[in-house]
Amino acid sequence: MEKLSFRLTAPRCAGGTRTQAIVGVVASGNLEVLLERASPADMCTIDIATAAHGFGAVWDAVVRDFVARRSAGGLRISINDGGARPDTVALRLAQGVRKIEEPER
Amino acid sequence: MTTAKADNVSLSWYEASARQRIDAFVDAGSFAELIGPELREMSPHLAIFDLPEQFDDGIVVGRGRLDGVPVLVAAQEGRFMGGAFGEVHGAKLTGLLRAARALHQDVLILFDTGGVRLQEANAGELAIAEIMRAVIEARRAGIHVLGLIGGRAGCYGGGSLIAGTCSRLIVSEQGRISVSGPEVIETNKGIEEFDSRDRALVWRTMGGKHRYLIGGADAFVDDEALAFRQAAIDALKTMRGCDVAVLEAEQKRLERRLQRFGEAADAVEIWQALGIDQPTGIPALPTAAFLRAASNRENADDAR
Repeated sequence: MEKLSFRLTAPRCAGGTRTQAIVGVVASGNLEVLLERASPADMCTIDIATAAHGFGAVWDAVVRDFVARRSAGGLRISINDGGARPDTVALRLAQGVRKIEEPER
Repeated sequence: MTTAKADNVSLSWYEASARQRIDAFVDAGSFAELIGPELREMSPHLAIFDLPEQFDDGIVVGRGRLDGVPVLVAAQEGRFMGGAFGEVHGAKLTGLLRAARALHQDVLILFDTGGVRLQEANAGELAIAEIMRAVIEARRAGIHVLGLIGGRAGCYGGGSLIAGTCSRLIVSEQGRISVSGPEVIETNKGIEEFDSRDRALVWRTMGGKHRYLIGGADAFVDDEALAFRQAAIDALKTMRGCDVAVLEAEQKRLERRLQRFGEAADAVEIWQALGIDQPTGIPALPTAAFLRAASNRENADDAR
């Protein structure tokens, strides 16, 4: 596994009150994304364990784009990756934020 | 009563993830996960092989309500390593079954598994044995353990052995139950014995319809989460329990079944012997017509 860590300044804080959310599955070309609340509200940390080595620059671009576009502040995001393409990663990250922002029942 | 309602959304059981199945299956909003992904209880073996891990090790366990009744639920994620049993995956299910005895709550196992994870074979095999023991101990304490089978990975290997110890099994057409999977049989016995790429052969040998017809499953439902839910609610109301009389009756039934169908070379011959009018038409029948055609099926009745 290659392990990557990012700690980025987030322009917007994630909404909602859920303490955690999980989306996706670890399978070939897929990944799981676990989102948890963590302070401070203007930071987003992303820890990645990926089966595909040598793609650090692509991950860097995808997670920076995600934090810039979505409400990722106050989140600690952990990823187990089974070799997903960048578009799949971006989709799962977006789904994850949407899920943690869903109203609680 | 809002507490006893499911999410009223059509959901293919076959297509859904483990978490989607649970959400659609139990009463809306009632599920509380135990040992959730945030605890990161992952396999201690996969890293040795440099294989990716999953935070829940491929199984979701927890408590919820089914038609208002508290139950314990486990759902395997068939897309993570084929839903296979490893050390942690198995321990979560063993623990849930032991909790069922202490809490005196029935258990629902949403199978989706190819069997034991080869990378942790010894731990996985031990887990299967522990789970089977825990199922039997729970059943002897009066707990019902219900198996639901209709996922992508089917219910194979050690998973099918566990299924064999359950009180009742609910299966869809898409579900498959067998100890050895198609590719295992082909590898060991040759393509003349079993062509694993012949999907019609796979389904009429291991699929839900055949298992229902020969008493290998107790209820047959559409590939719908709400159909599985209703069948489970109905089953939990009608089960008998597990004693020597049930097991002896089942042993006799299995001996009779072997005598009756042991010479059959193909499932269609068995369906013919069951007295089904057009046995070759069985795979194409929609659920209602199939259930009518299945009126003379073998019935396992709380053991198999």
